[in-house]
Amino acid sequence: MALDQSFVGRTYPPTAPYEVGREKIREFAEAIGDANPAYTDPEAAGRLGHADVIAPPTFVFAITFKAAGEVVEDPQLGLDYSRVVHGDQKFAYTRPVRAGDRLSVTSTIEAIKSLAGNDILDIRGEVHDEAGEHVVTAWTKLVARAAEEG
Amino acid sequence: MAAKIAYEDVEVGTELPVRTFPVTRATLVRYAGASGDFNPIHWNEKFAREVGLPDVIAHGMFTMAEAARVVTDWAGDPGAVVEYGVRFTKPVVVPDDDQGAVIEVGGKVAAKLDGNRVRVDLTAVSAGQKVLGMSRAVVRLS
Repeated sequence: MALDQSFVGRTYPPTAPYEVGREKIREFAEAIGDANPAYTDPEAAGRLGHADVIAPPTFVFAITFKAAGEVVEDPQLGLDYSRVVHGDQKFAYTRPVRAGDRLSVTSTIEAIKSLAGNDILDIRGEVHDEAGEHVVTAWTKLVARAAEEG
Repeated sequence: MAAKIAYEDVEVGTELPVRTFPVTRATLVRYAGASGDFNPIHWNEKFAREVGLPDVIAHGMFTMAEAARVVTDWAGDPGAVVEYGVRFTKPVVVPDDDQGAVIEVGGKVAAKLDGNRVRVDLTAVSAGQKVLGMSRAVVRLS
């Protein structure tokens, strides 16, 4: 069933701050097998000009996607999450995410389309730090694939 | 930011070293835990088949993270990546064996931009199929 077009343009309230921890960044870097010391060694990060260890470029997705969960799980929208696959993902950084950041996400539904029975949802997440400065914008396209005929 | 590559030294067409990244079921379980994405299509074969997938598939974000390493290792400073976007064109199917799947990633400098930035276009292939499309990163060089 096609999703309700009236949701386009809807912005959800900013999330409670997510505090980025050094050990969480380390865990993520290990999970992707990336030994870059900028992710684990504050001195190495410092030599690159960073105030603390920084996170890999895709790390922030965990935070923006959790925020998007409010959209995805909104019963009024009616997205079938069991059939959702990730279509596109994009990030635009003002600065890298680093340990100690307290990040808040504001999610907006940018577009809703129906194509060949698939529901396509575009969500933009604006990520700001505690000082209110922009850190990164994440665009996520989700595709709820059509269920096969009975 | 302190990328180890100088903007002046880079030409359009410069190829970045090709990398191969293995991915097994264990990799996916670890990534699920670290990323908080516990969608069962990434670890439960029965569930994956029930929703019409051929088998368990890798998180698209895992593939995106691996592809980024070609750029971050080249630039030296991961914080030099200012834009990064991909399209997930095909799933990386991960069989339940010791071999798992392999993702092969290549990159090429596609354009020199203002502000010491370059655009790198990435290719990612698994089991002979292109798994990322429109995969582009903009990096600020020194």
